[in-house]
Amino acid sequence: MLATDLSPGKQWGLAPTLTIALLLGPIAAGLLGTILPAFGGMRPDGQNGFSFDPWTRLWAEPGVGQALWLSFKTGFLSTLGALIGCFLLIAGWQGTRVFSRLEALLSPLLSVPHAAAALGLAFLIAPSGWIARLISPGLTGWTRPPDVLILQDPGGWSLIAGLMIKELPFLLLMSLAALPQIKSAERMRVTQVLGYGRVRGWFLAVMPALYTQIRLPIYAVLAYAMSNVDVAMVLGPSRPPTLSMFILRWMTDPDLTLRAPAAAAALVQLGLVAAAIMVWRGGEKAVAALINRGVESGTRGMGLRDTALTTIGLVLSLTAGIAVFGGLISQLIWSFAGRWRFPDALPSSFSLMSWERHGPDAVEVTLITLALAFVTALIALVLVIGCLNTELGAGRKMNRTGMVILYLPLILPQIAFLPGLQILMIQIGAAQGIFPVVLTHLVFVLPYVFLALAGPYRALDRRYATIGAAMGLGAVGMLWRIRLPMLLAPILTALAVGMAVSVGQYLATLLASGGRLNTLTTEALALFSGGDRRAIGVWTIALAFTAWLPFLLALMIPRIVYRNKSGLRHD
Amino acid sequence: MKHLFAALCAALAGTAWAEPDPANWQDVLDEANGQTVYWNAWGGSTTINDFIEWVGTRVEEEHGVKLEHVKLTDTADAVSRVIAEKSAGQDADGAIDLIWINGANFSAMKEADLLFGPFAEALPNWQFVDVDGKTVTTDFTVPTEGFESPWAMAQVVFIYDSEVLPEPPKSAEAIRDWAAMNPGRFTFPQPPDFLGTTFLKQMLIELVEDPTILQQPAGDDYAQVTAPLWDWLQDVTPDLWRAGRAYPQTGPSQLQLINDGEVDMAISFSPGEATTAIANQQLPESARTFVLEDGTLGNASFVAIPYNASAKAGALVVADFLMSPEAQLRAQDPEVLGFSTVLDMAAIPADDRAGFDALELGVATLSPAELGQALPEPHPSWMTRIEADWAERYGVGN
Repeated sequence: MLATDLSPGKQWGLAPTLTIALLLGPIAAGLLGTILPAFGGMRPDGQNGFSFDPWTRLWAEPGVGQALWLSFKTGFLSTLGALIGCFLLIAGWQGTRVFSRLEALLSPLLSVPHAAAALGLAFLIAPSGWIARLISPGLTGWTRPPDVLILQDPGGWSLIAGLMIKELPFLLLMSLAALPQIKSAERMRVTQVLGYGRVRGWFLAVMPALYTQIRLPIYAVLAYAMSNVDVAMVLGPSRPPTLSMFILRWMTDPDLTLRAPAAAAALVQLGLVAAAIMVWRGGEKAVAALINRGVESGTRGMGLRDTALTTIGLVLSLTAGIAVFGGLISQLIWSFAGRWRFPDALPSSFSLMSWERHGPDAVEVTLITLALAFVTALIALVLVIGCLNTELGAGRKMNRTGMVILYLPLILPQIAFLPGLQILMIQIGAAQGIFPVVLTHLVFVLPYVFLALAGPYRALDRRYATIGAAMGLGAVGMLWRIRLPMLLAPILTALAVGMAVSVGQYLATLLASGGRLNTLTTEALALFSGGDRRAIGVWTIALAFTAWLPFLLALMIPRIVYRNKSGLRHD
Repeated sequence: MKHLFAALCAALAGTAWAEPDPANWQDVLDEANGQTVYWNAWGGSTTINDFIEWVGTRVEEEHGVKLEHVKLTDTADAVSRVIAEKSAGQDADGAIDLIWINGANFSAMKEADLLFGPFAEALPNWQFVDVDGKTVTTDFTVPTEGFESPWAMAQVVFIYDSEVLPEPPKSAEAIRDWAAMNPGRFTFPQPPDFLGTTFLKQMLIELVEDPTILQQPAGDDYAQVTAPLWDWLQDVTPDLWRAGRAYPQTGPSQLQLINDGEVDMAISFSPGEATTAIANQQLPESARTFVLEDGTLGNASFVAIPYNASAKAGALVVADFLMSPEAQLRAQDPEVLGFSTVLDMAAIPADDRAGFDALELGVATLSPAELGQALPEPHPSWMTRIEADWAERYGVGN
C-alpha cells in the first residue's frame, strides 16, 4: 500500500498514547478521589475506614430525593425537546432557503457559552424581564411586574428551556455534519417519490441512520443537561436545587466532613446519568419498533399533520435562536443602560458608566481567558494532529473504543469527577497555578478539537501526499508543506472550537484553580448572585464576544491568506 | 519515597523565614514589598469590588504590595479551602492570604487554629480604632483576641421605595400585618445566605421575650425560645414574594427587585448601601432606609489571615491600610461604599477628622442618631440552628 509507505513516521507514534493518558488520567484520578471519600476514605481527620456514613448523611438531607428527580427530569426533557426540535427542523426544512437562513442564525449560537446564554435568557423571561417590558403596560396592563414564578421555578421548567435553546443548535450542527455521510438527500428523494409527507418520510428513512451517527453527542448532551451547574445556578430551582448544585454546595462548605456525602452524591449523579442513558436506550428501541410499524403500515402522513410538525420544528428552532440572541442583545442594552425601570421597554437614559467601571477589569480578564483558551486549544490541536497523522500512517480509522474514550469526558458528569480531582491535586500539592487548569480544560477541549478536525483531515485526498512523495517530500515536509496549509481553514476552526470550549468552562476553572484564576465565565456567574444587571451585562457581552472571536478569525484568516486560492478557503 | 517527600517538605517549612511580627512594622513593610496578596472576599457587590480594587492600587503605590481580589460567592468557600489545605498537610504557601470574614466562619476558623495571629492590636493604625465605642473586639459574641482586624461597621437597615410605601412597617408584627395586606411585596435572601440568616435573627430578636438569652449559646431551651419566630414565619411565608416558593439568592439582588418594582422593601446590612445604589442607578431616586422601632443588629466586618498564608507580611499591610483614616474615609463616602467607620473620631489626626466631617450622609442614609444603638449579635450557635431549621421547614418545596 502506497499510503503505508508514505506513513508520517514514528515521531507521532506517541501522540495517541499521550492523548489517551491526558483524557483518562484526570478522569481516573478524579473518580478515585470521589469513590474513596464516599466510602469513608480520605477523611479530614485521617480516621479512615470503610463506612456507609456518607450515604446515611446524604439521604438524611432534606430534598435530596426531589433533587434527584429534578436532575433527571430537567436533563431528560431538555435533551428530548432539543432533539425533537432539531429533527423536525431538518425533516421539514432541509434544502430550503429557510433552512440555510436558520442554519446561519443558529451556527454562531454554538460559540455562546452556556453561562452567557443562561444569563441572557434569565433577563428575557423574568416577570420583570425584557419580554414583559416590551408588552407592558400596553398589552398586559402591568405597571408592576406580575408576582409569578418563572425563574428558579420548583419544577425546573425555565432550566429546561435554557438547556434546550443551547442544545438544539449543537445537535443540529452535529446532524448537519453527519447527514452527507448517510446520503440523506437520496433517501429523502425515495420517500418523496413514494408519496410520503416530508416529516414522516424523513423519520422513517433518514432518522434511523442519522441517529446512529449522532448517538454519542446525544448522550453527551443528556449527561451535561442532567449534571450542569452553570445553567442550573442561573435558571434552576433553589428549593431544592438539582443534585449537582447540592454537590457543589457541599464541596465548598467550610464543614469538611460534608465532602464525604458530596462524594457519595457525585456517585449517585454518575449512576443517575447511567440510568438515564439506559432509559434513553430503552426509548431508542421503542422508537425503532414504532418506525418499523410505521414503515409496514404504509401510511404516508401527508397533509395537515405534516404541516403542523414542520411548523413545530421551525417555531422551536426560531425560538431558540431568538431567545439566545435576544438575551445577548438585552445584556448589551443593560451594559449601556442608565436608569431603566419597569415597564419601560428601553432605558430612559444611556450611559457609559458601566463600561467605565467594569471595562478595564473585563479587558484584563478577557486577555487571561483568551490566553488560557489559546494555550489549551493549541496543545489539544498538536495532539489531535499527531493522532490523526498516526491514524493515517496506520491506515485505519479510530475504532469504537477510541470513540468511547474520546466521548468519555463529555458523557461523564463533570461534577462526578472534578471535585475528586481537586481533592487529589490538593493532596499532592499540585492545586496551584495555571498548570492544573490547563490540564483540566484539556480533558474537555481535546474531544471537541478532535471531532472538529477528524472529518476534514480524513477527507483530504491522499493523492496530494503521493504527489508530494514523488517530488521527494519526507513525512515532516508532507505535514508542513501539504497537509497543514491545505487544511488551514478546518485547523483554525478546530482551534476556535477548542478555545470556545475552554472559555465556557466553569466548574473546571473554579475547582482546578482553587478559585484563584478568574475567567470571564467564573466572573459572570459570580456577579449573577449580586443581581447588578449592568455589571452582568458587561461581563456577559465580553464573555460571548471572547468565545466568538476565534471563530471570526478562523473565518477571516483563510480568506486573507488564500484570497487568490478559493479551493483552499473551505468556505 | 512518601516519607522522604514528607520529611523534605517539613524541612523546607522549618527553614522558612520566621513569621512576620507586626510589632516590628518596618520589617513587615520590607518583607511585604513585592508580595502578592490574595484577598478572598465576597465578590457579589460591584461597589465593594471597586473599593477593593482601589485598596489594591493604594497599597501597591505605598508599599509595593500587589493585591488580587479572589471573588467568592460565599465566604465559606475560602474557609473550606484552608481546611482542605490543612488536611492535606499544606501548612505553608497556602492559596489564601486574607479573608473578609465574620461570625460563624471566624469562630470556626479560630476554634480549629486556622488563623495567624494575634496581630490586629499590634497594627500601627489600631491606635485610631474606637475600641470602647464600637464592637470591634467581639464578633458575634466571640472575642476576636486579635485574630482578625475590623474594617467596617455594619448595621441592619431596611431599604424601601418611599414612593410606593410611604409608611414602612417598623416591627415584626407590623411587617406581618403589612405583608398580609400586600401579598408578594416582600422577601428576604434565602438562608443560608448571610443576609437571609441575619433577617431571621433580627426577627427572632424582635419576637423573643427576653433578647438577652440570645447572648448565651443555644441550649435545651432552643425550641421554646425560637417558637415565636416559627409561628411568625408560618404566617408570613405565604404572603412573601412568589408566595415563598423562591427567594433572592443574595442581598444585593434585592436591589434589582426593588428597582423593578417586584418588592417594596429589602433588608440590608449597610446603612449607606441605598444611597450608593441610587447613585449607581440601581435603585430609584425615591429609595430610603429605616430601622425597626426596637433597633437593629449591628456588627463589624473583619479581615483575618490564614495560618498558612503565603504572604503574611503583605496581608498585614493590607489589613493595616484598611484601618487607615484614608481607607476608612473612602469607605464611608456614600458615593463609594457608605460603610460606617471603625475609627474613633477623637483619636484620628485633625486633618482626617475634617475629611469625615465634610462627608455628606447621602440622601438615603440615616444619621447615627437615627440608626440608634446597634443591638448585639446573638451567639453563633443560634444562627447555625436557625439556619438548619429554616432549611428543613422552608428550604425544600412541597
